[in-house]
Amino acid sequence: MSRSIGRRIEFEVAGRVVGPALAAFERAKKLARRRGPGRPGKKSSPFGPPLEATRKLKELMTTHYLAGRYADGAVPVAWVTSGFPVEILRPLGYHAVYPENHAALCSVQRVVPELSDAVEKEGYARDLCSYARTDLGSVLTGKTPVGRLPKPDLLCCCTNICQTVLYWYRALAAHFGVPLFVLDTPYVYGQAPGHHRTYVRAQLEELVGIAERVAGKRVEPDELEAVVRVARDGTRLWGECLAQSRARPAPWTGFDGFFHIAPIVTLRGTEACNAYYRMLRDELAHRVARGVGGIRDERHRLLWDNLPVWFDVRGMSTLLAERGFNFVCTSYTNAWAEAGSRIDPADPIGSAVLAYTHIILNQDLPNRLDILRRLSRDYSVDGAVLHSDRSCKPYSIGQIDLKQRLARELDIKVLVLEADHGDPRAYSVEQGEGRLTAFMESFA
Amino acid sequence: MSRAVAIGVDVGSTTCKGVAIDADGAIVAHRVEPTHPRIEEQTTRVVAALEQELGTSGLPVGSTGYGRKRVARARALTEITCHARGAYKLVGTAGVLVDMGGQDTKVIRIGKGGDVADFAMNDKCAAGTGRFLEVILGRLQVRFEDVAALVKSATRAVPVSSTCTVFAESEVISLVAQGEPLEGIVRGLHQSLASRVAALAGRELDGEVLMSGGVALNAAMVDALASALRRPVRVLPTPQLVGAIGAALSVV
Repeated sequence: MSRSIGRRIEFEVAGRVVGPALAAFERAKKLARRRGPGRPGKKSSPFGPPLEATRKLKELMTTHYLAGRYADGAVPVAWVTSGFPVEILRPLGYHAVYPENHAALCSVQRVVPELSDAVEKEGYARDLCSYARTDLGSVLTGKTPVGRLPKPDLLCCCTNICQTVLYWYRALAAHFGVPLFVLDTPYVYGQAPGHHRTYVRAQLEELVGIAERVAGKRVEPDELEAVVRVARDGTRLWGECLAQSRARPAPWTGFDGFFHIAPIVTLRGTEACNAYYRMLRDELAHRVARGVGGIRDERHRLLWDNLPVWFDVRGMSTLLAERGFNFVCTSYTNAWAEAGSRIDPADPIGSAVLAYTHIILNQDLPNRLDILRRLSRDYSVDGAVLHSDRSCKPYSIGQIDLKQRLARELDIKVLVLEADHGDPRAYSVEQGEGRLTAFMESFA
Repeated sequence: MSRAVAIGVDVGSTTCKGVAIDADGAIVAHRVEPTHPRIEEQTTRVVAALEQELGTSGLPVGSTGYGRKRVARARALTEITCHARGAYKLVGTAGVLVDMGGQDTKVIRIGKGGDVADFAMNDKCAAGTGRFLEVILGRLQVRFEDVAALVKSATRAVPVSSTCTVFAESEVISLVAQGEPLEGIVRGLHQSLASRVAALAGRELDGEVLMSGGVALNAAMVDALASALRRPVRVLPTPQLVGAIGAALSVV
């Protein structure tokens, strides 16, 4: 797509001025509503005081999506999967769109059934991942809660999270008629052998050339190194935020973490992302020092495995918090902190090979068991809920074995909960809450 | 008759059960009715009827089942907890409890102290539940009281592969149309259901296998389950009332 100066000005103004102003306006509106009479229920809330950083989070994400509306024609645009090495695209000035993050947002806003209906009419099966259905539905109908998504110049998908992305992005490529880059990361048993690394490395080198061609610019080594350093620091900062929950009581809930993960997914490798996590980490550390909990009365600490049930995060967290249960760690939010340990600015490509190959979903079951065991111990949990996610088979496979091993080895209670990360039609609230309640009763 | 100390109400998807128990946990009065849509009215009436029968009033009430939150003045607990408590009271040992009700099938591992060590339930559909049998037997015009004898008389089981209630219904109709014997189809249905429950129970079955819930009144299902698990299955006394007993025990 040809790019114009006028469009670039719109994009910059949206990102630098209108986005923050809009967020400030929303905040003011909310404050005015709060000052109004008769705001009951505040005292009876089972949660601790709200995090101050949440306002900044909203501003950051509002700005990101608002600027995105004007990105095509202003800067190169790439649509990427959550596990894609976006660091390589950043020095070329790409605006990165994360369809998975957008789909999560659609789920929270409860528009998934409508978008999914549209793709089901086109012949896609309802058994397909709800993220894929939501994204394709949004593309086909043009409907999105964020106003508009910019058209991509390049599609980038990495098979380290699942194989569905391959077919999903092929459908996008056919729709938009733009190049698709597939980064194929062979599944890892133990550690990735040398020939896997050589194979992935060759693809990343090819990616550099393709991304440069689409952007019409060359990757400068020092710029790439700087972005990789920022990305590494960002994942470390995110890890520090999560680690605050090792304290008793945990200063926030695991469900808060599901929302605060957005910058490390969508803005990884940017200074704005790191500034945000510095602020969040400091606030959490301050809460730990003062003994302020994410829930008012933390009696039991739990681990959550798999993606969140986006459309019912509020309902579930309230049900748990009312009974003194908090998810103090989740394997999902941890995944974005874990990758950071392998990123190295001194060797951007080589370290990306390792970091993006050794992702929780691209590794075997013993590795997943190790992660769950480690999290359970580090965060001193009394129980675990393994979300068997209808939409995410790679994450859900093996959970019965994981459940038995965790329960036996760590002497904790473990529940497998059937739900879906995006589509409320694949989840029965009454039955799900019944199971969670029975699980909590078993702690008495 | 000993004095009643508590009432338990189990509002299931199919039936509403009420029991009054004495200080030893023994049943002193009980009622079983089909569940009405107006749960609050029904349970208030059931509790009042039990109290009237016993010539008492104001007993503490525990509730469980789908309608547990709609029972006036009751402490509500899930069926998992109540079935485990009720079963433990009846047998006094750890074990694996299979509760087959109208809408749910649960496998509950009861710990040494009567606590819930672990549980598994059918996914969010009626496959593997009492409703599954009810729908298909209704379609075949087989009366509940004739099921056990019919299954016993079958010389072979006709395999029924669908466990989805809706698909199984059409599968059974086509089997009938193909001239398969009724008793063989009914036996096949029981085997299909039992194998699903056995899968839910998993590989580790520590201790005795116990059975509760309305489906336990069906001897053919108990036999099918025992074959699928390759273990004897002990049906608890008054299997339909185990949840209500557990609910009553929770307020003693």
